Amino acid sequence: MGFERNPFEEIRKRIAQNKLRDHLFWILGFFSTLIGFVVLFTLIIDLFIDGFPRLSWSFFISYPSRFPEKAGILSAWVGTTLVMVVTAVTAIPLGIAAGIYLEEYGKKNWLTHLIEINMNNLAGVPSIIYGLLALGLFVYFFKFGESILTGGLTLGLLILPMVVTSTRESIKSIPNSIREASYALGATKWQTVKDHILPYSMGGILTGVIIGLSRAIGETAPIITVGALTFIAFLPSPPLSPTFPFISFQWLFDPFTVMPIQMFNWVSRPQKEFHLNAAAAGIILLVMTLVMNGLAIYLRYRFRKRIKW
Amino acid sequence: MKRPLFIIFKERAIEGALLLCALSSIFITLSIVFILFYESFGFFKDIPLWEFLTGTQWTPLFAQPKFGILPLVCGTLLVTGIAVLVALPIGLIVAVYLSEYAPHKIREMAKPILELLAAIPTVVYGYFALLFLTPILQKFIPDLSGFNALSPGIIIGIMIIPYVSSASEDSMRAVPMQIREGSYAMGATKFQTAFRVIIPSAFSGIAASFIIGISRAIGETMVVAIAAGMMPSLTLNPLKPVQTLTAYIVGVSLGDLPHGTLEYKTIFAAGITLFLMTLFLNILGFWFKRKIREAY
Repeated sequence: MGFERNPFEEIRKRIAQNKLRDHLFWILGFFSTLIGFVVLFTLIIDLFIDGFPRLSWSFFISYPSRFPEKAGILSAWVGTTLVMVVTAVTAIPLGIAAGIYLEEYGKKNWLTHLIEINMNNLAGVPSIIYGLLALGLFVYFFKFGESILTGGLTLGLLILPMVVTSTRESIKSIPNSIREASYALGATKWQTVKDHILPYSMGGILTGVIIGLSRAIGETAPIITVGALTFIAFLPSPPLSPTFPFISFQWLFDPFTVMPIQMFNWVSRPQKEFHLNAAAAGIILLVMTLVMNGLAIYLRYRFRKRIKW
Repeated sequence: MKRPLFIIFKERAIEGALLLCALSSIFITLSIVFILFYESFGFFKDIPLWEFLTGTQWTPLFAQPKFGILPLVCGTLLVTGIAVLVALPIGLIVAVYLSEYAPHKIREMAKPILELLAAIPTVVYGYFALLFLTPILQKFIPDLSGFNALSPGIIIGIMIIPYVSSASEDSMRAVPMQIREGSYAMGATKFQTAFRVIIPSAFSGIAASFIIGISRAIGETMVVAIAAGMMPSLTLNPLKPVQTLTAYIVGVSLGDLPHGTLEYKTIFAAGITLFLMTLFLNILGFWFKRKIREAY
């Protein structure tokens, strides 16, 4: 047998084999990681090649149309903006307040535990289920109709767990000595939270809020389920009116469409020209998502660097 | 020193208000469960549960409607299966590479970029699957129809790589350094250490990340609604068009949907099926995650 005749040779061969496997895996790992980058890159290039020529001023200020070269995204981007306002107004205060309660006030009892488990579970519920919830609850039970208010509330509930989680994580990283110093000076719990905990954790909270909103901008399925229309050739009523009381909230109850739905509508048509419009709308969605995520990564980096406890 | 009464009162009021906000999450869950059960209860009054679960045809909009959920479940599982075949191996390899091999700089750069994969709007992925990937695949597989399960499956798989890789990597990095050093001291290579020591030690965390990824794939909607076609069919052939539970809900919602009709209720019946599938996976994932804490 080879082993008996030349043991060192055999062991050397084994070591070489193991090292070779190690190196091969190194290469495999590197290229597997690259797959993600390549797909991201291809997707961006593909969208730009198809859609870039369609991006013009008139694309932004035109309504959707039967004629692909005249169609635009005016009602879609206005709708997205207004829906995002409602989403932000719902999810940010609610999420931050819930996060503060769970980290600072909640005692370790069954109720806090239940809320925590429940929050984890909500984060895993598919977005379309939120759409069904909103259809039953907001559209038909509260009778908000298929409106901007319904759409915004739906997305607000959807990103609530993300805001809560980021609030909790960034509050958790504040050392106890800060709290104790504040109490030692006679501050109440709320004063401590309002003047110390919240300002110090703002960076982390902001990061979570931005990532949450960027996800909400791209969400399509729940908005389709609540009945947003795919073809809207008018704008919601203006928030300012020339007569008293000057501010109008009628727009909350107007029908709407949003960017991803407009894109979906164009992708689903058979004509090639509409696909180009879809690509152009996709570029705008993609740029918004990338900018928001980039901003969040930058903020996370900045705050991590600046604050050293 | 006692504080003035109104300050005590104010503190209490604020705590109460914050508690209410935290409780809103429970309210959301209860409403989801209530609405899904309430609306599908109406459905199951007309359609026997047995027929719903075992019927092999799903044609609610035909003149003679058939309400068997199996084709939709089958479509969902087929697309999810393809996605899993893409995401689990790649996600695990990426996690091992980033946790055990990659230099610090590469890891710091790769993580945020990988996470972008999960941040891109799914409707954009749908566009990419239908108009980029399917035509390319058709060059290699001439039998592939324009709408199919394969192309959205692959895209969803790539989309959920970060869910798998990021959580797996975290749990591998949580394995104490001594365990690694013990293995290196025995003369093991990084490859042997990763696959025979680290992965078994971090098993619970890796399993949890797999399950979360699968649950995401099941609930994914827009990619399949755009690229998989809208044909409910009981097939395991990835080259043919299929319809998933999620795509059915979107498809029906796109049309005019009179409240209270049987058609309206079908989307809640499909919804509750989907909800129970993901709930089961989420609980399983949660169970695995709890086991991590017991490990060291």
